Amino acid sequence: MSTITASRTDNPLTAGQLPRYAPWALGAVALIAGGVIDALVLAPFDIATTIFFGAVLFLPLNYLAGRLVVGRRAAADRLATNLVTGAFLLALLPLVSLLWEVLAKGLPRFDATFFSYSMRNVIGDGGGAIHALYGTLYATGIATVIAVPIGLMCAIYLVEYGSGALARSITFFVDVMTGIPSIVAGLFAYALMAMVFGPGTINGFSGSLALAVLMVPIVVRATEELLRIVPNELREASYALGVPKWRTITSVVLPTAVSGIVSGVILAIARIIGETAPLMIAAGFTNSINNNPFANPMMTLPVFVYDQYAHPGVERDFYNERAWAGALTLIVLVMLLNLLGRFIAKRFAPKTGR
Amino acid sequence: MSKRIEVTDLNCYYGKFLAVEDVTMTIHPRSVTAFIGPSGCGKSTFLRTLNRMHEVIPGAYVEGDVLIDGNNLYGPGVDPVNVRRQVGMVFQRPNPFPTMSIKDNVLAGYKLNKQRMKASEADDLLEKSLRGANLWEEVKNRLDKPGSGLSGGQQQRLCIARAIAMQPEVLLMDEPCSALDPISTLAVEDLIQELKETYTIVIVTHNMQQAARVSDETAFFNIAGTGAPGKLIEMGATEKIFSTPDEKATEDYITGRFG
Repeated sequence: MSTITASRTDNPLTAGQLPRYAPWALGAVALIAGGVIDALVLAPFDIATTIFFGAVLFLPLNYLAGRLVVGRRAAADRLATNLVTGAFLLALLPLVSLLWEVLAKGLPRFDATFFSYSMRNVIGDGGGAIHALYGTLYATGIATVIAVPIGLMCAIYLVEYGSGALARSITFFVDVMTGIPSIVAGLFAYALMAMVFGPGTINGFSGSLALAVLMVPIVVRATEELLRIVPNELREASYALGVPKWRTITSVVLPTAVSGIVSGVILAIARIIGETAPLMIAAGFTNSINNNPFANPMMTLPVFVYDQYAHPGVERDFYNERAWAGALTLIVLVMLLNLLGRFIAKRFAPKTGR
Repeated sequence: MSKRIEVTDLNCYYGKFLAVEDVTMTIHPRSVTAFIGPSGCGKSTFLRTLNRMHEVIPGAYVEGDVLIDGNNLYGPGVDPVNVRRQVGMVFQRPNPFPTMSIKDNVLAGYKLNKQRMKASEADDLLEKSLRGANLWEEVKNRLDKPGSGLSGGQQQRLCIARAIAMQPEVLLMDEPCSALDPISTLAVEDLIQELKETYTIVIVTHNMQQAARVSDETAFFNIAGTGAPGKLIEMGATEKIFSTPDEKATEDYITGRFG
């Protein structure tokens, strides 16, 4: 046995190194410098501009430090890392600010009264959005019941059966439908109901139709993608066992993709639950609870928010507070749907445990 | 329950492309027949015509006859689903159903066809198939765990168990060992020797030692060049093909001077 000992005296692989705290220290220096500039040039001192100046100073500082101590490549690495992180923070900024604003302004009226009263006979303080919450649940619920089977089966057709001109044109029109302005969907539903049930037919179901028109292409797209990534080997394995095609689809392909499909559907619901324009046209406005989607206008949360903001009474503050609380309710709903989607995706995902 | 396969004048197409031309051969019952030949010569394509899996690919079709004990697979009114229930298949890459447990994977042919079965019968069949595939001892304590948690070699044997659970007349194997290590390969080869007592087995392989070890008869396929159709060059007893083949091309391929 011979032992090989490496010489530790002169290793050509080493390079100069900055301590790990260097970026933080530089950041602090840049921030202080930014504050000083801010106070001197832009007086009075302001925290937002200080951070801005600090960030602008930090980029070249960090680059220079890397350049002087470590080398060119490391300096470029630092710069790129900072730019990417900066872009991420910049993208996060409006989101956080929006959430903060909605929380701050929505929470005062996010109370029991808000979820137990409608706006019937309310002209000042009090009142709530229970009628709009019901309406939103009805409208999106019915839209989901209409759109999911159609979208699912359309996607199955495109992936498993479709070929040639028909499939290509369906794909094309699904793409076109994805881009339809939502108000056009509302006009479509309104016109359809007017044709079938006479002019001026405004009810919850009409709103559901409009939402379904918007939802179908989203469901088709999501499901299609997921069905396409189910490996062909699984289909062949099933065929080779003498399983007919339709059973292969229902028992092998769909279960394999189900977690993704369910979360896709839930994201589609989350996407349409906040639609405002089509519901204003097709479902209308009301201040009362309407539990019948097939007659009379039905209020929904987005329309409620718009209505409270756009048509306030004498004491405007009460109406604004309710609008913010309605917006907060919508965000909470969408968040709950997303959490549900994640939970279901995890629950149904093909298991890999040993 | 094993059956004789007779193929006459079979052409396989992918759309307009003729992939395999004019194959005529007889595959004997209770024997192992190996298909060898260079990549792209149509071995797998031809194998897939024997249980009508070829036509699963869009645009693919065949001309000619395949008789299993006298019944034409490509006769009018033949349901490919019924054919595939008699002619099982094991694929090159292990493909257990990821949503199913080991147990459900083995019984997949019955479960997916919604065939009712008594619990005791199902357990018997499960054990018999897994023993048949040399996998029982390794998985008997975790039958309810997902099939995709097994190693590659175990997954392939699971797929074999799934195929033989259907009790097919014929078992087609498309390079079943190409993704396996030597030990798993040996296990599968031992299994093939046992299975041929009851089934007619057709195996595609790139491994000539494997063909020599496991098969009774060998068929050599070759291709004239890119874009030309694959052809059956020669078929005969494995000893003869590997010692004194009639065709020069076969000898060149087997001795490694070509291919």
